[in-house]
Amino acid sequence: MTQLLQDKDRIFTNLYGRHDWRLEAAKQRGCWNGTREMLEQGRDWIIGEVKKSGLRGRGGAGFPTGLKWSFMPKEVGARPHYLVVNADESEPGTCKDREMMRNDPHHLIEGCLIASYAMQAHACYIYIRGEYQYELSVLEQAIKEAYDAKLIGDDNIHGWDFHLYVHHGAGAYICGEETALLESLEGKKGQPRMKPPFPANAGLYGAPTTVNNVESIAVVPTILRRGADWFAGFGRDGNTGTKVFSISGHVNAPCNVEEAMSIPLRTLIDQYCGGVRGGWDNLKAVIPGGSSVPLIPKDICDDVLMDFDALKEHKSGLGTAAVIVMDKSTDVVKAIARISYFYKHESCGQCTPCREGTGWMWRVLERMARGEAETSEIDDLLDVAGQVEGHTICALGDAAAWPVQGLIRHFRHEIEERIENYRAGRPVFTGAVAAE
Amino acid sequence: MSVRRIAKEQPDSFAFSKESQAKVDFWLAKYPEDRKASAVIPLLWIAQKQENWVSEPAMRVIAEACGMPYIRVLEVATFYTMFNLGPTGTHLIQVCGTTPCWLRGADTLKAVCEKKIGPKGRDHVSADGKLAWEEVECLGACANAPMVQISNTEGDLYYEDLTAEALEQMLDDLAAGKAVKAGPISGRACSEPTQAKVKVLEDATLYDGSRAAAIDLLPNTDERKSDPEPSTKRPSSARAKSKAKTGPATAKPAPKDKAEAEKPKAARPKAPKNKDD
Repeated sequence: MTQLLQDKDRIFTNLYGRHDWRLEAAKQRGCWNGTREMLEQGRDWIIGEVKKSGLRGRGGAGFPTGLKWSFMPKEVGARPHYLVVNADESEPGTCKDREMMRNDPHHLIEGCLIASYAMQAHACYIYIRGEYQYELSVLEQAIKEAYDAKLIGDDNIHGWDFHLYVHHGAGAYICGEETALLESLEGKKGQPRMKPPFPANAGLYGAPTTVNNVESIAVVPTILRRGADWFAGFGRDGNTGTKVFSISGHVNAPCNVEEAMSIPLRTLIDQYCGGVRGGWDNLKAVIPGGSSVPLIPKDICDDVLMDFDALKEHKSGLGTAAVIVMDKSTDVVKAIARISYFYKHESCGQCTPCREGTGWMWRVLERMARGEAETSEIDDLLDVAGQVEGHTICALGDAAAWPVQGLIRHFRHEIEERIENYRAGRPVFTGAVAAE
Repeated sequence: MSVRRIAKEQPDSFAFSKESQAKVDFWLAKYPEDRKASAVIPLLWIAQKQENWVSEPAMRVIAEACGMPYIRVLEVATFYTMFNLGPTGTHLIQVCGTTPCWLRGADTLKAVCEKKIGPKGRDHVSADGKLAWEEVECLGACANAPMVQISNTEGDLYYEDLTAEALEQMLDDLAAGKAVKAGPISGRACSEPTQAKVKVLEDATLYDGSRAAAIDLLPNTDERKSDPEPSTKRPSSARAKSKAKTGPATAKPAPKDKAEAEKPKAARPKAPKNKDD
């Protein structure tokens, strides 16, 4: 039996909104404690601690946060530095940042100050998705509190002039991609930019910019307060820390919960979600890291650990740690077809392989879900997915291809069976997933 | 990608109300002087909240306010799906249909909307003009699936953990002009675990203020390193106002931190106030 994370080691102590999110209550919970002392230790110390903690970006790619920060120019040149926080949480399955922002906003605000100081930024924008209007209003109020208490702003008590602004989007998944987000923040369509130049050289308004996920920034104050080694004490090497997992789909009680990295998937589902609907043996497959990552069938779920490396070994990924559970009643082809529709809907249209490929994959999958296809089309589909993957400016093309590849890798027999049944006059009835 | 066009019939003019104008000024102040185009999405949104949709004259007003060509505003308004480019119902019901919600019964919610309101689409408004519905992509409340967002000029709230019956009731109430309560209908506050045996975030010491106790010395810091001249005293500037009474000058050595002894940090002495330029 794995030792579960104890309350005393949870960073987001108000994740469920049981207590007040406002400044005074947040301070009681430890926010803004010793912040000035952290800044006094200097930038190298802050970045060093974040590196030592092993924190990997929580937005999906898992890039080491401290390393990312160290890419910023050491000296501020003609252009100011910016920190931009990616709160455009739109990856299907993911709903963690929302809880942090509406219930524990001061973790994020304090983290923004510390990270901005570490990267010599005097201004930071939080880009929140447009649908999160309530979360936006909470953040605005919390930021105002921080200004009023002189925690941020000009001549604040921390000695680093710092301005924090919230910006919102208007319903475009692609704006979660960092360069699309920057385009959007500049008032343009959210179409990703070519890299290089990387944002650390030319980001927001052409100035050096670092874009980090909400969770990556919000955990930093606690890491510094409790020590990099404390954070690094959770999880396996290279996969350290605590992490908020979002579990949705066919479990008895879906929820968000902060747990240690590398927790076994089964423990996570059994301990916090009351198990899979109908029992563990009723499990069919799990998408372990948000809709972009390939699904894994039950036999892998039995003992896989929830971390970057373990899931990568199984050709999937931790992504945003958004666990989507599917039990045996699931029409898995249709489930992936619906994900394909999502990517078709959200493609920005800039690169041809993605603009054309996402729609093509969706249409073929829709037919396959009914069985109305040729068996040879499975390989065609795989071929097209491979042509989309890696041939686009941003990772949306990859994200659209991976779920399809995962489906064929693990459930090819199911598609074949469906095609055979259809030809034998026993079609599986499934309505169009999202008829347009 | 979706094809989005502005409505054929457009009003003659648009002006921000006094209340909206205050919001416009608030948003414009967030961006550098020569970067007002950044405010285009928030301004379009303010216009939509005022009129329930974004008209062409509104885009022209916004183009002026943001100092950008009208065509760029049109480009933005047609790219982002939250903008209503034509009139819609007073309440726009947005049913999340992406896989996590679909797994938990989003199709039944869509069926309810179809039955109560009619075909989907923002321009298919119910006879009384109050309701319209559409299917949207993941709204980021997956642990509370299935869910809908209801948008009107008052706001945009989430209605979560839904059932077909609950949504049906909700639509009736909206049509009758009654208020409906936002949030999860299951009695949950947010997205907490609901199984009785699960104990998360119940430790009282998290909330009793013990976490606000002054920290004598941060982990992995060596106070001598942060002082230009080695001494056991911390630089006076280190004394945060709130900590003054604890006497940081007599701060104890690092609280038994192993990692610290192992490796001397390269921490540079750094004045807290080093604004470059």
